[in-house]
Amino acid sequence: MRKKIIYEIKGMYRDDFRITGYEFGQGEKSVCIIGNSRGNEVQQTYCCAQLVKKMKQLEEEGRIKDGHKVLIIPSINPYSMNIQKRFWPTDNTDINRMFPGYDLGETTQRIADGVFREIKDYEFGIQFTSFYMPGDFVPHVRYMKEGFTTVEDAKKFGMKYIVERAVRPYDTATLNYNWQVWDTKAFSLYTNTTTRISKTGAGQAVMAIMNFMACNDIIKYSAISEKKSRMFNDTELISVRTAKSGFYEPLVKAGDKVEAGTPLADIVNPYDGSVLETLYAPVPGVIFFIHNEPLTYANTAVIKILADDMD
Amino acid sequence: MVEIVTMVGLPIDEKLMIKKNRIAPAGADPKGLKRISVVTGIHGDELEGQYVCYELQRRISLEKDKLTGIVDIYPAMNPLGIDSITRGIPAFDLDMNRIFPGNKDGNMTEYLAAGIIDDVRGSDCVVDIHASNIYLTEIPQIRINELHAERLVPLAKAANVDFIWVHGASTVLESTFAHSLNSIGTPVLVVEMGVGMRLTKEYGNQMVDGIFRLMQELGIWGGETIPVRKPMISQNPYDVSYLNASASGLFVPSVKHGARLAEGELIGLIVDPLEGRVLDEVRAPQAGLLFTIRDYPIVDEGSLMGRILKEEVCRYA
Ligand SMILES: [Zn+2]
Repeated sequence: MRKKIIYEIKGMYRDDFRITGYEFGQGEKSVCIIGNSRGNEVQQTYCCAQLVKKMKQLEEEGRIKDGHKVLIIPSINPYSMNIQKRFWPTDNTDINRMFPGYDLGETTQRIADGVFREIKDYEFGIQFTSFYMPGDFVPHVRYMKEGFTTVEDAKKFGMKYIVERAVRPYDTATLNYNWQVWDTKAFSLYTNTTTRISKTGAGQAVMAIMNFMACNDIIKYSAISEKKSRMFNDTELISVRTAKSGFYEPLVKAGDKVEAGTPLADIVNPYDGSVLETLYAPVPGVIFFIHNEPLTYANTAVIKILADDMD
Repeated sequence: MVEIVTMVGLPIDEKLMIKKNRIAPAGADPKGLKRISVVTGIHGDELEGQYVCYELQRRISLEKDKLTGIVDIYPAMNPLGIDSITRGIPAFDLDMNRIFPGNKDGNMTEYLAAGIIDDVRGSDCVVDIHASNIYLTEIPQIRINELHAERLVPLAKAANVDFIWVHGASTVLESTFAHSLNSIGTPVLVVEMGVGMRLTKEYGNQMVDGIFRLMQELGIWGGETIPVRKPMISQNPYDVSYLNASASGLFVPSVKHGARLAEGELIGLIVDPLEGRVLDEVRAPQAGLLFTIRDYPIVDEGSLMGRILKEEVCRYA
C-alpha cells in the first residue's frame, strides 16, 4: 500500500487542502475508486475506508494479480466534510459539477482538474455517490447509457440491481460522464445511506467491488457465484408523490416488498396530528428509494417503487 | 394590481407565494397591448434589482397617462432565499436558475418554475436582473447566449448598459430562466450589475432609464426617455481575460472598478496577514477595462479577482 497526495492547495488559515489516495499493486492502471465529493457523503468515505482495509490485507497476502494497479481516494473533498457543509466552503460550488476541470480556472475547477489528471487513465472507474434528495436506497450500481460501459460489465459487481441512466444536460460536468469521455468504463455505486454510516451497506459495497475485481481478474478472491441481476432504466421507477406538505411518517422501508394498495406513508398536519393524506403503492413492487426526513414538501417524490417484473 | 403567480404550501403553517405587480393603462383592454416583464431575485443574495423594481414604478406613477402597454414586475422569484440571505432555494440547496423550464408534475421547485414560465411567456421583452454574487462587482452589462444573439443584441443595445457580452452556448445553461424562455420565443435580456447583498443606486437608475427606453421602442411608453449609452460589445472569448488567484490569502486591490489598465499594470496584491508578506502581485495580462473586480477580500487559490475586456473592444464604444 502506498499513500500519496493526489492534489493539494495551500490554505489561508486552515490546514492545507489535501486529497489523499491509496495505491495497491503494480502495473496497468486498472481500477480507481472515489469516495465522497460532497461534505455530507459520510457513508461514501466510510465504504472506501473499508475497501482500503480489505485491499491492504489482499496485498499482504499476495492476492493482487501482477500488472494491476488499484487507486482508492476516500475523499476528494475533506474541507467540506470537516465543516459539515455539502458543497465547497467558500463559494458553494459542487466539485462533481466541475469535471473535467480546468487548471487555470476557479478553485473547484482546479481541484477537479488535479483529481482528474490522476484518475483519467484507469480502465474502470467507480464512484460512490449520493442522490440529491435525502433518503435511503436499495443498493445498486448505475451507469450512463450513452457511454461504452455495458450491462455485462455492471453484472460483475454481483449486485441485485443495475440501473441504466440516460445522460441529462447537467451530467456533462460530472466525474462519471467525463471518465467515459476519456475511455474509462465508469460506474456509480449507491449504497443504502449517505449521511449516516451503515456497516451492512458498506460491507455490501466492499463485497460488490471484490466481486467486480475478481471477475475482471485483478484480484484472487472467491467471488460469490453470479447472482441474477435485474437491469432497468431509471425512468422505469414509479414515483409516489405527496400532494400536501407536513410531517412525513413512513410506513415501509427501502427494500420492502409491497402489494398494490399497501399504505406507504402518512402526511400529517403538523399542529393537530390529523392525517392529511395517505400514500398508497400504485403497483406491486419493491421500495427502491424512500425519503428519510421528518418533514416533506408538497409535490415531492418521497418514494420510488420498482414494479415487479411481469414477464 | 398584485397577483399571485404561483403558490405552494410549506410543511408548517406557511405558504410560499411568488407575486407580481401588473401596471396597465387605466381602462384599456389588456389584449393586444405590448408587455414588458421585469424579473429579479432568482438568486436570493442579489438585491440590485429590488431598487430597479421600486424606482421604475415610482417613475411610471409620475406620468401614468404615458403608459401605453403592460408592465409586469416580479421582484422576488426566490422569496425564501431573499428572506433568509440565501443564494439558492433554501432547504433544497439548489440554484433556482438551474431548474427551468420546470415541470407542473415535478417536485416543489420544478412546479414553481413551471408556474413562473407560464406567467412570463409571451412577454414582448423580459429583463432578468442579476447582481453578480457576493464576491464580484460588475459594470452594468447584458449577457447573451450566442444561440440567441441575433434577436437579443438589437434589444440589448436599447437597454442603456455599458457592455454586451455574447458568450458560447453550454449545456449547463440550458436550464436557466432566460434560456428556457428564449428558446420558446420570449426574448429575455439577462442583466448583471453591481454586487450581491448591496444596492448600487447609480446602476439602478441607469437600468431604469434603459427599461424606459426599451418600453418606448416596444410601444409601452409614450413619454420622454433619455438617450442611451452605446455599449461595448464582445463576441469573441479572447476579448476577456480572467484574473484567478495564484495563492490563498487577502486580496487588496490597488485600482478602482472600471479602471482602464495598461498591460502589466498593478491591480492589487494577495497578502498573508499572519506573516505580513506579499504572496503575489496581480497585474493586467493585457491592456483594457477592468469590468469585473473582486469585492470580497478573501481568496482561495483559483478564486476570480477580476476580468479585463481588451482595449480594442473598448475603443469601439
Ligand atoms: Zn444571479
